[in-house]
Amino acid sequence: MKLELKGITKRFGTFTANDSIDLVVEPGKVHALLGENGAGKSTLMNVLFGLYVADEGEVLLDGKPADFDGPGDAMAAGIGMVHQHFMLVPPFTVAENVMLGHEQVKGAAKLLDLEAARAKVKEISDRFKFDVDPDAVIEDLPVGAQQRVEIIKALSRDAKILILDEPTAVLTPQETDELLSIVKDLRDAGTAVVLITHKLREVQAVADTITVIRRGKVVGTAEPTASQAELASLMVGRDVSMTVDKDEAKPGKVMLTVDDLSVVDEEGIARLKHVSFNVRAGEILAIAGVQGNGQTELAEALLGVVPTTAGTAMLDGEIITDKPIKDVLHSGMGFVPEDRTEDGLVASFTIANNLILDLHDKAPYAKGMALQPKVIAEEAEKHVEQFDVRTTSIEATASSLSGGNQQKVVLARELSRPLKLLIASQPTRGLDVGSIEFVHKRIIAERDGGAAVIIVSSELDEVLALADRIAVMYHGEIVGIVPPDTDRDTLGLMMAGAHEEEAA
Amino acid sequence: MSAEAVKKSDDAPSQEGRDWRGLLREITESSWIVVVLAVVASLVIGGLLIIFADPAVAEAARYFFARPMDTFAAAWEAVSSAYTAMFRGSIWNYSGDTFVQQFRPFTETLTMATPLIFAGLGLGIGFRAGLFNIGAQGQIIMGAMLGGWVGFAWHLPVGLHLLVAVVASMLGGALWGFIPGILKAKTGAHEVIVTIMLNYVAANLLAYALSTDAFQRPGSDNPQSPVVDTTAQYPLILGESYRLHLGFLLALAAAFGVWWLMERSTWGFRFRAVGANPRAARTAGMNVSFGIIAVMTIAGGLAGLAGSAQVLGTEKALTAGIAGSFGFDAITVALLGRSRPLGTVLAGILFGAFRASGPTLQVAAQLPVDIVLILQSLIVLFIAAPPLVRFLFRLPTPTNEKVVAA
Amino acid sequence: MTTTLEAPQTEQPDADVASGPSWKIPILLGVVGLIAFILFGLGTPSGTHTTFVVSRGSDAIQIPSWAVPAQAFALFLTISALLLAGVSAWGVATRRKLGSWVPILFGLAIIASILVWAGAGKTATSIQVTGLLIGTVVLATPLVFGALAGMVCERSGVVNIAIEGQLLSGAFMAALVAGAVAGATGSSTVGAYAGLLAAPLAGALLGAMLALFAVRYWVDQIVVGVVLNVLAVGLTNFFFGTVMRENPDLNRAIGLPDITIPLLSDIPVVGPVFFDQNLLVYAMYALVIIFNVMLFKSRWGLRVRAVGEHPKAADTVGIKVNRTRVRNTILGGAIAGLGGAFFTVASGLAFNKEMTGGKGYIALAAMILGRWSPKGALAAAMLFGFADSLREQFGIIGTSIPSQFLAMLPYLATIFAVAGLVGHVRPPAAENIPYKK
Repeated sequence: MKLELKGITKRFGTFTANDSIDLVVEPGKVHALLGENGAGKSTLMNVLFGLYVADEGEVLLDGKPADFDGPGDAMAAGIGMVHQHFMLVPPFTVAENVMLGHEQVKGAAKLLDLEAARAKVKEISDRFKFDVDPDAVIEDLPVGAQQRVEIIKALSRDAKILILDEPTAVLTPQETDELLSIVKDLRDAGTAVVLITHKLREVQAVADTITVIRRGKVVGTAEPTASQAELASLMVGRDVSMTVDKDEAKPGKVMLTVDDLSVVDEEGIARLKHVSFNVRAGEILAIAGVQGNGQTELAEALLGVVPTTAGTAMLDGEIITDKPIKDVLHSGMGFVPEDRTEDGLVASFTIANNLILDLHDKAPYAKGMALQPKVIAEEAEKHVEQFDVRTTSIEATASSLSGGNQQKVVLARELSRPLKLLIASQPTRGLDVGSIEFVHKRIIAERDGGAAVIIVSSELDEVLALADRIAVMYHGEIVGIVPPDTDRDTLGLMMAGAHEEEAA
Repeated sequence: MSAEAVKKSDDAPSQEGRDWRGLLREITESSWIVVVLAVVASLVIGGLLIIFADPAVAEAARYFFARPMDTFAAAWEAVSSAYTAMFRGSIWNYSGDTFVQQFRPFTETLTMATPLIFAGLGLGIGFRAGLFNIGAQGQIIMGAMLGGWVGFAWHLPVGLHLLVAVVASMLGGALWGFIPGILKAKTGAHEVIVTIMLNYVAANLLAYALSTDAFQRPGSDNPQSPVVDTTAQYPLILGESYRLHLGFLLALAAAFGVWWLMERSTWGFRFRAVGANPRAARTAGMNVSFGIIAVMTIAGGLAGLAGSAQVLGTEKALTAGIAGSFGFDAITVALLGRSRPLGTVLAGILFGAFRASGPTLQVAAQLPVDIVLILQSLIVLFIAAPPLVRFLFRLPTPTNEKVVAA
Repeated sequence: MTTTLEAPQTEQPDADVASGPSWKIPILLGVVGLIAFILFGLGTPSGTHTTFVVSRGSDAIQIPSWAVPAQAFALFLTISALLLAGVSAWGVATRRKLGSWVPILFGLAIIASILVWAGAGKTATSIQVTGLLIGTVVLATPLVFGALAGMVCERSGVVNIAIEGQLLSGAFMAALVAGAVAGATGSSTVGAYAGLLAAPLAGALLGAMLALFAVRYWVDQIVVGVVLNVLAVGLTNFFFGTVMRENPDLNRAIGLPDITIPLLSDIPVVGPVFFDQNLLVYAMYALVIIFNVMLFKSRWGLRVRAVGEHPKAADTVGIKVNRTRVRNTILGGAIAGLGGAFFTVASGLAFNKEMTGGKGYIALAAMILGRWSPKGALAAAMLFGFADSLREQFGIIGTSIPSQFLAMLPYLATIFAVAGLVGHVRPPAAENIPYKK
């Protein structure tokens, strides 16, 4: 089936997310939609999938105009979508999730035919060697398996056009390769595949056609043979350096010592198992790994958000495990949380208030119990300027800021006190290239200023760009700590659990 | 049509700056107009109910096609008698003979508003801290119980007695707020469920207490306590002719205190942060559990003061119905006041007026007092849904809709 | 493709980093058992007897009443309960799963010990077993309807705090229509059935208002529910004080007849308890069974649960989220409205102000205790109904437990439940979150 988008425009209030976009997707081809975070790719696909209604323009299927009133229509027309955030009901089984929305029923009472759904899952799973158990409950499955359930869901509805929205964000390099080979199989079976991504390597690996989107507009098309630098400059709109400028690290004394640290969650599952390592002043230790392998728990255990069950962490000679979070922060730890909107900011608070979340009861922001609004405002003005936060006013709410500017507010707050250790989790997730460069620069400046730095990132590119040493985590353990010039394949194998010696 | 053309038309109105149309737009988009219109809409619906239930209207409607004007006259008579009765019962009794009689309704309004303001302030703090406390009723009961007991069972010097009794009320309410607070903080038990359940537990405790010798008035078979000592009563601030007591001024002071606490203190900053995003508050080193417990305890303490206003001020003795429905009404007060102290005071006075007008409504207009419950709930529903009010009155949709608190 | 690359989601903990199992339940059972032992075991005077009367005079098959030595029995029961607490502790210590028979037996032993204690030495009165159980079923009826109503709404993601108001409006409407129809037809039975039919309409109307504000205007569902309860009180009181006062015929004590099921109703105890009731009680049985099947085995149920757990996922497979929620909220209101008929036509009473007396909130508690399932709601409602029935019995035979404390039991049980002392309670994930695209 051939898909055409003609002049699609979608506005949210005064913001134009898609500006008269044209796109043609041929059957049996992989069409890559390349663009930065926030360029409008997902919006476009949600329009196509019937989740949003376009303000202007039309969608043609095999030349006939399609008018979707909701995703049900899009699915019926043969469009399947694997969302970036999986659309699976956590307490349901795989079979229930796959049948949801087009359930088969049996008998006079018209009860659900679970048998048929199981058989369908089994059939597709076997066809593509997915190895998914139809009776497994979604919330018990690892993300990789959940993604395969999403693909089964789309295929079980006979999707002729499959949209994959940033499908590799949660996968190891090897899993990514496997996914890309599935994409090729699907293409060869005649499916039209739309691959939404900002990762140039994937585009080059599988795309037959590339459309680049910037700020809601199509800025060009490219052949898969185009170089990464060409694609990058088309995507960002200027020449971008693919590397981060930084000097050789000058490691000082050991700042953080983690010894045998373990975390068991509320369900009784071990999330962090006997982790030991140290970080020196003036170096960046990057923690690589597929999301969900204990990195989040490690960072949060160091801050004290999750309780540890064994082991200790020492910051500059002082034990910080089992201290209140407040004391840990004041002993010189800066913390940039993985999920900035959930953990880093109070969305409904002003920028000024967000800048003092941790220091609101300390001088000069407070005298006794009384807040000092004047001081708070003055300091906020200063920080907003230093960190180039683009806003109309310090009294604007944090929710009014773009992702990049929100992250700058978090950084401004965390870096505004003298730090011994900075922990930054996924510091550039979802940011545009300009903001990424800014954040990287500030992190390196902090290192050069003598702080120990831990970066947790599931983006291998970022790990390789920033790290002075790389620790790879798998199943709650550190499988090895390697130098920054380790090659991708080795890192990928380690992220899949192989130890350093085996991987190399 | 190109996107460029659309953009231009979007930008056009802002060019002229603040002309009269812009001003009108601002007024019609403001939340205050919504509040006023919500009250108007509720009064209209209330009027329709009054007409529907009025026997004279029903009588006239029987021969509607013969003399339609009779029906309309009867309807007008029914509605106007109801609403003028409400005015006379709550603001100014123009048919009273003496000044005292004329002025008394307004003081009654303020008297009735006192517990509503206290409890509403407490609930408002909770709402802003993200806690839905439905437990003001139980907290008022506990406050009234403890304060009342100190009032009639203890005998202390003038001044000290009132102080101790008021503090006891506050502690009683605070205890009943502390329980759901600590359960929420330590076990995650949802405060809505726990506070609802505690309301009933408190009501049963009160009923039980009033059946014991320690609480029951000697020589009385009714479930009521002895009258509290005069030393423990709130002094009357306008003399013997009016029931308005010192509790009202204390409520105003509490409103100011709550404003300072929430807007100007580090505690309030924490409460608001915990309410808006507990995870971020925790990551920033705030003690979320403590925040929840503190908010619930303070809210309970304020509701306990509402109990003191009842038992030490208005009623002067503990009865099974001492809390009336103040605890539930206070929820609507806090919602109408948008959880802000000034708003709560004004909303408390409005709903206090509704309550005060009850007896007049019953006597003069022969209507059940419950019409005020209907008005009260309709007002809150309308205010919670500004788009509905705008739709009813055909007002323009504002550029960014404000979401109601809680 | 192989699946070697799994994150550690379902792994068993290493023994050395795992935390211990929960001791909450053994401790709770131990404390309750100890209190029961002291109060009811040791508190029962020696040398007295407790008489249990099983059959009623009107029953077809008579079972002789049964007198037991009170103290010996009370001691035996409470010591058994303590032993069961010990068994539970042993289960935790050795990490064995013991199943739910331990707490169930424990509960029965405690209840029996209370009955033995209460009836000890009462020569004039005795414990009416059948009456106690009939009372349980009858008093549980509005709770079951209310809990089902809450469940139907919450499973789709809408919190229904307005059950109380829906019961009240149902009670009012049933009385009003029953009176009007009885007046018009001259048959109070026809009137009663007409009232039963009308009751759901009033509940559905409140449900529709909840849906309008919560789903259409995104107002906080708890706010709407609380306010609708006030509105329901206001409206029913207002019409009670106007229309019904002026036309007393519209509010008469009209009752549904009991429908005796042949043969089944002759079974001792079970017969009169379950098979000699009015239509509303039979409707309750039917609804519990229907919803238990529909919710977990039908297309409707699968979709409703999906909407309540992950509305966006449901939307992406073409399920109309808000339409589902509106329908369920109205349906839930109708069920609660039907339950409201219990207070008037099913009990043969005239409507009175605020006559539901907080039963809607207890129904909410039953739904939570029953973990949002129809079966569980039935069990929890029966438990509360039993507590209520016990209170009535104790009122007759006279005990030293103040009735107010028995009245508190359902509320305290609910607080314990939501505080996680009796297992983990997990509401539908999308509850109280409006669905906005």
